[in-house]
Amino acid sequence: MCIQLPIHDNRTFSVVRARRNAQIGINMTLLKHELKQGWKTLAIWTASIGFFIVLCVLMYPEMSEEMEGVNEMFSSMGAFTSAFGMDRLNFGTLIGFYSVECGNILGIGGAFFAALIAVSSLAKEEKERTAEFLLSHPVSRPWIITQKLFAVIFQIVIMNAAVFTLSAVSVAAIGEEFLWKELCMLHLAYFLVQLELAGICFGFSAFLRRSGLGIGLGIAAVMYFLNIAANISKDAEFLKYITPFGYAEGADIIANGCPNVKMLSLGMVYAVIGISAAYRKYCGKDIQ
Amino acid sequence: MVAIQTVNLTKYYGKSRGIIDLNLTVKQGEFFGFIGPNGAGKSTTIRTLLGLVRATSGHADILGMDIYKEKKKILSDVGYLPSEAVFYSGMRVRDILKLSSDLRGKDCSAEARLLCDRLQLTPSRKVEELSFGNRKKVGIVSALQHDPKLLILDEPTSGLDPLMQHEFFRILREKNRQGTTIFFSSHVLSEIQRNCSRAAIIREGHIIACDSVEALARTNTKQIIVHGRLSLDGLNGIRNLQKTEDSCSFLYGGNIKCLLQRLSEEDITDLSVTEPDLEEIFMHYYES
Repeated sequence: MCIQLPIHDNRTFSVVRARRNAQIGINMTLLKHELKQGWKTLAIWTASIGFFIVLCVLMYPEMSEEMEGVNEMFSSMGAFTSAFGMDRLNFGTLIGFYSVECGNILGIGGAFFAALIAVSSLAKEEKERTAEFLLSHPVSRPWIITQKLFAVIFQIVIMNAAVFTLSAVSVAAIGEEFLWKELCMLHLAYFLVQLELAGICFGFSAFLRRSGLGIGLGIAAVMYFLNIAANISKDAEFLKYITPFGYAEGADIIANGCPNVKMLSLGMVYAVIGISAAYRKYCGKDIQ
Repeated sequence: MVAIQTVNLTKYYGKSRGIIDLNLTVKQGEFFGFIGPNGAGKSTTIRTLLGLVRATSGHADILGMDIYKEKKKILSDVGYLPSEAVFYSGMRVRDILKLSSDLRGKDCSAEARLLCDRLQLTPSRKVEELSFGNRKKVGIVSALQHDPKLLILDEPTSGLDPLMQHEFFRILREKNRQGTTIFFSSHVLSEIQRNCSRAAIIREGHIIACDSVEALARTNTKQIIVHGRLSLDGLNGIRNLQKTEDSCSFLYGGNIKCLLQRLSEEDITDLSVTEPDLEEIFMHYYES
């Protein structure tokens, strides 16, 4: 006869759980640890980006009353106008306004956030000298890299989901006519921009021993300005194939209904290269 | 069975020397001391054994397993205490210990409680508020709580007060009696002499002596203290001569008959001949 003993206290339960995890080969300890360590940063960035986007959207009804003049002004500022794609957008519609104002907030804010958490992901262990503690446990380096990568992606997903929800609610709240498909596409494009930057910065993270914040923010900023340069000058248009902001251009997304697939695919290749470099470097790295 | 075996283990950091052709054997169940001055290669040896840095050449086995091929398996049987225990800031002692046991996929809470009690460590304290010594205790508990087969301790007593050191060595001796192999590095010779059965001396990346502690301490040299008025001119084999008005002490490595003959001719009042302590021998090994 077989008697099933009830699980009666926490300890037995955690032993059972640990054994089960060991059996199926999934130990999510590090992922959970990373999320716990990073939740404050995540909350601050999400709240900041969300706040400014909601603010922008709520300002629109008031602005649209004077939009005639604004639209004219924005479309006649020469290089500045084309830099933000405002020559091809109708600033007088909510989606046009949204794609420039909110796109920039989510574009820059999201890029900085993604670059920041990705570039410090692996490097912080050595910078804060906790690498010795982590790596003297029975976990393989590929496992560490994978868990950290998932933690970065997961945080980016949470940030984008929260910002998208806030944005959708505030757009619905002001009751203007709106192009929802374009909104989704814009948010999707910026999400992919962040993933690409995160992939590249994650690669750098494996090589660094000190804080990589400068490098992370630098990469995000340079990418942003490359896109502006590409918008201003026809000769610099090839830069759009380097910067992820190339496929997240609001004007193009609204016109075509989706991001430029060629640029997007190339961007994802950059991200994969970054991540592969991280695995390659970190698995054989001497930990100081 | 052999706990640690290294064969011509060599590690260079770029061009700078870590360890060179290190051959070391530690049997299971031994309490093994690893002595050397700062920068001799003690930590490099340990970090190479744990797979934190990759050896330039040579190879090593721990508990009969290759340190690269079976690193994960080895690390689950090893407890490691780094010389400087650093943990994730913002975490409490109990969270750190829980993280460590989760990374091992093992429930160690009972043993952790026991060790915290013995070392007078408060689990609810935040790690960044802890003194160096108390942080060391967290490292000790985390290295011991999963009942490892091999303990690798890098300068474990630095920062611990004498009472704690005493308790710590009591715990280690208990573990050792239960079959745990202990390998610890130190430059405090008295603790090696009191606790270890065997020891190796490392200097400038080379093992210069490896034997039982008694054998290491046993040399032809004697510590001589003579009271009275005398001259030692013409005697060979005198080192570390220290003279006061009516006594002198020195290490004597020459012919004992010559010494006695000379002393019998001098005006002496008292004489003591003792084994030199390990400290003296240590200096001898280092200087030669």
